[in-house]
Amino acid sequence: MSEQIVYALEVFANGLMSGVLYALVALGFVLIYKASGIFNFAQGVMALFAAMTLVGIQNGQVPFAHLINAVLGTHIHHFGWHIHSVLALIFTVGVMILLAVAIQRFVFRHLVGQEPIILFMATIGLAYFLEGFSDLMWNSEIKTLKFCVAEGTCLPQGMNMAIDEAAYNAFGTGFFIDNLDISAAIVAVMLVIALVAFSQYTKQGRAMRAVADDHQAALSVGISLNFIWILVWSVAGFVALVAGIMWGAKSGVQFSLSLIALKALPVLMLGGFTSIPGAIVGGLIIGVGEKMFEYCFGTGQCFGGIINLGGATENWFAYVLALVFLVFRPQGLFGEKIIERV
Amino acid sequence: MFYREAGDFKTSYSKDNQTFPIKIDRVGYYLVLLVAFLVVPFMLNDYWVNAIFLPFLIYSIAAIGLNILVGYCGQVSLGTGGFMAVGAYACYKLMTTFPDINIFFHVIIAGGITGLVCVVFGLPSLRIKGFYLAVATLAAQFFLVWLFNRVPWFYNYSASGQINAPERTVFGIEVTGANTEAWATYLFCLVFVVASAWIARNLTRGMTGRKWMAIRDMDIAAEIIGVNPLKAKISAFAVSGFFVGISGALFFAVYLGAVEVGEAFGITKSFLVLFMIIIGGLGSIFGSFAGAAFLVLLPVVLKVVGVDMLGWPTDMVAHLQLVIVGGLIILFLILEPHGLAQLWRVTKQKLRLWPFPH
Repeated sequence: MSEQIVYALEVFANGLMSGVLYALVALGFVLIYKASGIFNFAQGVMALFAAMTLVGIQNGQVPFAHLINAVLGTHIHHFGWHIHSVLALIFTVGVMILLAVAIQRFVFRHLVGQEPIILFMATIGLAYFLEGFSDLMWNSEIKTLKFCVAEGTCLPQGMNMAIDEAAYNAFGTGFFIDNLDISAAIVAVMLVIALVAFSQYTKQGRAMRAVADDHQAALSVGISLNFIWILVWSVAGFVALVAGIMWGAKSGVQFSLSLIALKALPVLMLGGFTSIPGAIVGGLIIGVGEKMFEYCFGTGQCFGGIINLGGATENWFAYVLALVFLVFRPQGLFGEKIIERV
Repeated sequence: MFYREAGDFKTSYSKDNQTFPIKIDRVGYYLVLLVAFLVVPFMLNDYWVNAIFLPFLIYSIAAIGLNILVGYCGQVSLGTGGFMAVGAYACYKLMTTFPDINIFFHVIIAGGITGLVCVVFGLPSLRIKGFYLAVATLAAQFFLVWLFNRVPWFYNYSASGQINAPERTVFGIEVTGANTEAWATYLFCLVFVVASAWIARNLTRGMTGRKWMAIRDMDIAAEIIGVNPLKAKISAFAVSGFFVGISGALFFAVYLGAVEVGEAFGITKSFLVLFMIIIGGLGSIFGSFAGAAFLVLLPVVLKVVGVDMLGWPTDMVAHLQLVIVGGLIILFLILEPHGLAQLWRVTKQKLRLWPFPH
């Protein structure tokens, strides 16, 4: 096999892996959209907030240290302890549940019955609020996220040597795949299985699906909408936490983490807003598509370099792909057919 | 002198149809124009112009443009930053290619070019609706910024990749470049603002505007009663693009002078203008001004209070600003989904009765 084909395969595999990460973020969108019809623009910022909270709790940072120092003239910054990752994870889940309650209590309870576009704009406001809030709470410097279950067993990072070596023996060239991407893929699969199990086999999950199906019918059989919405936002918060850990471990916990939400949007459009399998398939298509497009046309390495757009096509490829796709199928791959009535 | 229609007799149809039917409104409008043109220019210094007046005027035009698309025609767009960049780069190319033509025309032609680009990206709106369209306009945002970054022709092959506004004059007075007077730039922008507001106001209360609003309220029903959705949507995109392009051209040429596209016209700009029209009021020209004024003044006020008076660190005030802007948007949507413009309308309604509430 020629070197170039192996290299293309490598790009393909890495595209799949980053597609998994996109799908993780998109999953959170779909959950909330299905259950409450809210298109949650703040999902990416929630991932950022979750990751920052996890790191902050792990390192024993004092929340709002900056603000307290500025107001009271003190110089506090750390409690001086380190908390075990798993314990910190549990605390962070608690914080995300609190956040879900607060969002439901202070924002969306007052916006019941508004048009979807108003709700969407409210989530943009929420995204801004949460972004400033997490910076205030845990300050905005770039943090490294290390997630260790026990001493020495952390989230793996760096190149996977086994695959690289196997490829070298088979084809005579190396094959780069990040260990972190592999573990992200495994975690994503586990998460999806857990979500499906939750929504199919538990009482709350069934109630959640009922609400997604028809609000009023669910209300009339005695399901508390308020509780279900809090539950949905908590689950979305948990998904955001997982996405935040994976992205944070990959590229550091920093502001750009919230921009992955923008990347998740074309994924959703491809897959359809209401479909969990759609989010995953869409994520994989976008991940592979943008990596292959960048490889082939962005840097001009396919077909003898006929087309060379000069790189950085990843910025827009996903959106243009989704745009072109939507013109032919407005509801996405797996979305419900849009029926409009006067 | 109460705020009433009563006693203000109209004797012709044109008087009956005027924009400001109440006399105090009319007088107030001319008074504001008078102050803006004849008083303010003499009281300005560089700080006031650069911190408040120029951004306010330029964002007002952008907000009017976006309001036509989102507020009147109901097509949510997140590509404003990209379209402003089109205006800026079109203006730059025109200024450097035809240096003899007055910059006044360059700005207008740049608006026209942006209108055309906007139409191209608006075409999918015939198939794609709602959220899907909002996300689709992100394609315009990211693609256009990438394009201006990557194709050297747009920035005349300059080494830095930036575009710099050359010095241009109107009636012999410099309005762009390094040696401009504060009042000259202010007046130059003000002319565009007044013209844009006047055009937008008259378009939206006429046949075109009613078609847009019909499409916004329910596009299928509008189609059934004979509104051509193709024409209505495309014209909204074109007019909106025209104004946004003008504001982008002014933003680059008069306000900033030098532009790096990703920084000046990134996605944050799109959201900023969108927030302006949400806070100001969707579907209102006055709201576009109110929202622009609010979001231009807020950071200035916060900076004065937080950094200068309380001595807090700058980055913390910036974070606090995000929290406040986000919180305000949510608060506005909860309390008054129609924005500052609706508050103004309610005030006027109350004033009509004051001081006799029954």
